[in-house]
Amino acid sequence: MAEVDTESKGGKKGKKKGAKKVSTRIDFTPMVDLGFLLITFFMLTTTMIKPQTMEIAMPSREKVAEDEQTKVKASRAITIILGKSNKVFYYEGTRENDIDPKVEVTDFSAKGLRQFLIQKNYDVMVKVEDLRKEKLDKQIPDEEFEKRKSELMADKKAPIVIIKATDEASYKNLIDVLDEMAICNIGRYAIVDITDYDRELILNLNI
Amino acid sequence: MAKVKLPRKSTAIDMTAMCDVAFLLLTFFMLTSNFTQKEPVMVNTPSSISEIKIPERNIMTILVDKTGKVFFGIDGQEKRIELLKKMGDAYSIQFSDKELKEFSLISRFGVPIEQMQDFLALKSTDRDLQENAIGIPCDSLNNQFKNWVRFARIVNPQIRIAIKADQTTAYPIIKNVMNTMQDLDENRYNLITSLEQNPEKLIF
Repeated sequence: MAEVDTESKGGKKGKKKGAKKVSTRIDFTPMVDLGFLLITFFMLTTTMIKPQTMEIAMPSREKVAEDEQTKVKASRAITIILGKSNKVFYYEGTRENDIDPKVEVTDFSAKGLRQFLIQKNYDVMVKVEDLRKEKLDKQIPDEEFEKRKSELMADKKAPIVIIKATDEASYKNLIDVLDEMAICNIGRYAIVDITDYDRELILNLNI
Repeated sequence: MAKVKLPRKSTAIDMTAMCDVAFLLLTFFMLTSNFTQKEPVMVNTPSSISEIKIPERNIMTILVDKTGKVFFGIDGQEKRIELLKKMGDAYSIQFSDKELKEFSLISRFGVPIEQMQDFLALKSTDRDLQENAIGIPCDSLNNQFKNWVRFARIVNPQIRIAIKADQTTAYPIIKNVMNTMQDLDENRYNLITSLEQNPEKLIF
């Protein structure tokens, strides 16, 4: 395959008789060297993994009339506050009859915030899990799976999470909490500016 | 004693097959590669379970390092030239053709527009030096970052915004960037993260 026909090289003056047969084998070692050198270069300079992204849609700044605003039902609302040194505070509902909601402290571990959210969103979690199993069994196409999943997540009884971050929180905390939303199949959540009331609630905890 | 004569075998190996393999791999790597883009600062992105891949074209990257410096870059060389012209008009700075050409080769930058000409005059190796990573001003008094985003949208209407920030970046800095976007009515963007395993068996 790699031999090159150089037989005619031997007989320069047309005298084919007695022409020496020159070996037609070429030494490929330098070429292999070169090949591997280039491979090494390309391997080291490439990024095989494209970075992942998280898509996020923020509310627009346009003023919405008071009566058109979506009011979050207090019983469905969960407020998550990102504090300093990776602490998370959460409470359910809002201030009612002059009684402050009970604020709990937790962290980003699997036993912390996630467990609470799963417990709150249990019905949807079970349904989505069933759907995922069905997807594996019956080979539902991805689009249909996503569509049905978002239908399930728009459940009228599912909690609505309000995320508020204090100035001491880091970007990682924000991503982590958005991640928890994805893990716990929470369909409706919003990132909102923190209010003085929330700051006070945390301060009162003395942590 | 009679010596057993072993026939001399040639030690030369046929390299052809190896050569084939090497070049096959080389072709593969050349075709699949997209080069790592140089970034002016090291950024450790947080991880998430999200598996959406970032598109390759029409992307505007906003890089935020842990001290809060903001860097900016768009793809497409012609688009970059148009963008710099627009920025120059807005801040009444005239960029020469050479400067525009230089600018079109830079994937990320982080200098105030007033220092852009000095920055472009530098050698490409000097641009990566730490002292040249100043960051684009994005406070409320002098929000050049806002104008970069606005003009990038005008230059390329299909552009998508990707924010890449360090894990330890403080939230107020991110909030400032996000608020700037909201002011411009840019409400959809991507946050770049690295991959993390999705926890299985949550409830069963």
